[in-house]
Amino acid sequence: MNFDLTEDRQMLQDSLRRYLGDKYPVEHRNKVAYAEPFHDPSKWDELVELGALYALAGEDAGGMGGTGFDISVVFEELGRTLCPEPVLGALMASRILSAAGADQEALLSGATKYAVGLGELDAPYDLSQMTTEAKGGKLSGRKSIVYGGQAADGFLIAAKDGGSVSVYSVKAEDASVTGYGMMDGGGAAEVVLEDAPAELVLKDADAAIQDAINAGIVALCSEAVGAMEVLHKMTVEYLGQRKQFGRPIGTFQVLQHRAVDMLTEIVQARSIVIKAASELGGADASRYCSMAKNLIGRAGRQVAEEAIQMHGGIAMTWEYPGSHYAKRIIMIDAQLGDTDYHLMQVAAA
Amino acid sequence: MDLTFTPEEEAFRQEVRDFFKENLPDDIRDAVKNGGELTKSIMERYHAILNKKGWLAVTWPEEYGGPGWGPVERHIFDEESCRAYAPRIVPFGLSMLGPVLQKFGTKEQKDYYLPRILNGDDWWCQGYSEPGAGSDLASLKTRAVKDGDEWVINGQKTWTTLGQHADWIFCLVRTDPDVKQQEGISFILVDMKTPGVEVRPIKLIEGGHEVNEVFFTDVRVPLKNLVGEENKGWTIAKYLLTHERTGIAGVGFSMLELEEVKELAKKVMRNGKPLAEDPLFAARVAQAEIDLEAMKITNLRMLFTAQKQGAPGPETSILKIKGTVINQELKDLKRRALGPNAAPFPGSLKGSNLDVAPAGHANDAARYFNNRKTSIFGGSNEIQRNILTKTMLGL
Ligand SMILES: Cc1cc2nc3c(=O)[nH]c(=O)nc-3n(C[C@H](O)[C@H](O)[C@H](O)COP(=O)(O)OP(=O)(O)OC[C@H]3O[C@@H](n4cnc5c(N)ncnc54)[C@H](O)[C@@H]3O)c2cc1C
Repeated sequence: MNFDLTEDRQMLQDSLRRYLGDKYPVEHRNKVAYAEPFHDPSKWDELVELGALYALAGEDAGGMGGTGFDISVVFEELGRTLCPEPVLGALMASRILSAAGADQEALLSGATKYAVGLGELDAPYDLSQMTTEAKGGKLSGRKSIVYGGQAADGFLIAAKDGGSVSVYSVKAEDASVTGYGMMDGGGAAEVVLEDAPAELVLKDADAAIQDAINAGIVALCSEAVGAMEVLHKMTVEYLGQRKQFGRPIGTFQVLQHRAVDMLTEIVQARSIVIKAASELGGADASRYCSMAKNLIGRAGRQVAEEAIQMHGGIAMTWEYPGSHYAKRIIMIDAQLGDTDYHLMQVAAA
Repeated sequence: MDLTFTPEEEAFRQEVRDFFKENLPDDIRDAVKNGGELTKSIMERYHAILNKKGWLAVTWPEEYGGPGWGPVERHIFDEESCRAYAPRIVPFGLSMLGPVLQKFGTKEQKDYYLPRILNGDDWWCQGYSEPGAGSDLASLKTRAVKDGDEWVINGQKTWTTLGQHADWIFCLVRTDPDVKQQEGISFILVDMKTPGVEVRPIKLIEGGHEVNEVFFTDVRVPLKNLVGEENKGWTIAKYLLTHERTGIAGVGFSMLELEEVKELAKKVMRNGKPLAEDPLFAARVAQAEIDLEAMKITNLRMLFTAQKQGAPGPETSILKIKGTVINQELKDLKRRALGPNAAPFPGSLKGSNLDVAPAGHANDAARYFNNRKTSIFGGSNEIQRNILTKTMLGL
């Protein structure tokens, strides 16, 4: 048993933390995360140089990582600085391309930004209900809230294809892409396909899609843990500094205990994410990823809401970084299945 | 024990309902429904509509131009106005300063300010909080010093809601720094156009502009702008805080919100079925409905006591705590119901024909975040618990 990071992963964590801490301070983050193109292209290139994308894929796919723990290290750091770069799309696309045995040098080198279109307007989480269809190598349908879609060069799109589900590759210029910004920063797109030219990537893709979702869940949960830890630290520091009634508000026991409850949830959150990361790629991955996403949803709501409440008015402002952490933590719940959706997945399994 | 309203009260409810049906303009109702910004001009028009009917100053007695309602009528009016998607009346002049002037103001102050509030000539904002004085309001530092026939004010207020639209601000200021905190505070009225008053916007978590910082640099106002006695401002502040607060539980808004959650759950799909048929989500809605049903009665019980005793008791803090928590839960349910479709920044899909949220719901996530304020302001829910600990538990 060993819960320490390997030397390589520790190095990756250190370099990402240093880079993001220096180059992605929250003022810069807020400037780029809420204005087109809802990320910073020059920082994307630098992140790639640091190995953030190569860490997401296994060696046989041309990468240098690809396990749940590698993914977790990268996304926890992104979460700590609320980095809006579209790395999630790259990760999920890489999983699918790996399953297809397709070349992914363009993806891993950052040259082609991918976004993955799974969810639809009436089927945000459950893909069995999707209606996008492939006919004669062309796609029709609409993919909704495609994260990173506003900045993508190419899309991997899940579509019904005869009796099964396939993944197709669609160039951005062959689809009608409407990008927009998000409540919590970063961007997404509505991707409307009308007989759009598409290239088959993988037939009978259910398992590969599920694996991409699982990897995405490990990523999002790690991002949430990173963000929650920072927000919790901010809250505790504020409790120590802010004085009312002639003393730091952190001396009020009711606030102390609630800050401890937040800590307890975050410790639990990290544990379940470690478990999910360790199972990624295995037979029980979906079950543990659902557990992680459920727990993160519950912990996230508590941590975000309590952080705002215990700060008082200051955390209601745009200027205070904590408000942006709270928004991101809450909105993560709505990506790749929410608290309730995953609770039912665990209950049914 | 009898939970029915009297026939007179029921008739009054019908009258209010009909009034809103006939007089509330569609564009105002839609603005409320969609959760967009309620502009100054919308609020002015709405106030004018109520004023024409004599229903604007709901807490005022008839002698000052109010309808002279008791708590039950006010409650019915609140419920019906929510039901009609009418805006919330801007409280600063009407339900804060008005009652203060009626109780503590000179005849001259009453004669001058009260009609102007009713007519919408003056917009008021509330200058209580300061950067260093939030929950601990009595520690406020903004200083007013007498100089000839004027007060000279220096300092800063913050969180001033709708200060950007206001003509006047009523302030708590320190007039004696050498006595116990509560005994050196006065209540002063300041014309926002006075030289030395500067308003700076504060952007809120969801991106909206409803609060401001207000800076005072050598601001000179006439001595007669003092309300009540010098150094007795804390009594006024407490009067305002404990002044009858129908609607503090927000029951009307929560009832509406519950209906909206249910409607939304019928439109939103999960697993090939409307979300309303999802047992887990349905259970969450039912849970909120149970709490709200109890809150309706709790609210009425406290109204009833207030009517009998002539003033609400400290137990109204329970209304504030539970009322805000229920409303926040309902806003959370809406956000969850929408799932990822709640995530686009408000307005970002406008005009694209690609709306992802059903009509009227594009701002639901923004509203969820904005609404976190309700457990912080007006005496935070922690401060309300402190009050209850002292008054109800005697600890
Ligand atoms: C959107 C918004 C609009 C507002 N509008 C106005 C306005 O128009 N005019 C105006 O004057 N003010 C306004 N306010 C200010 C509001 O009244 C204050 O935010 C509130 O009093 C809390 O003060 P604070 O924000 O400084 O938090 P703090 O007082 O610093 O409190 C921080 C945290 O500590 C807790 N705490 C403090 N003391 C204790 C204690 N003794 N025991 C336990 N816990 C404690 C609080 O509950 C809170 O959780 C507004 C605030 C907001 C957010």
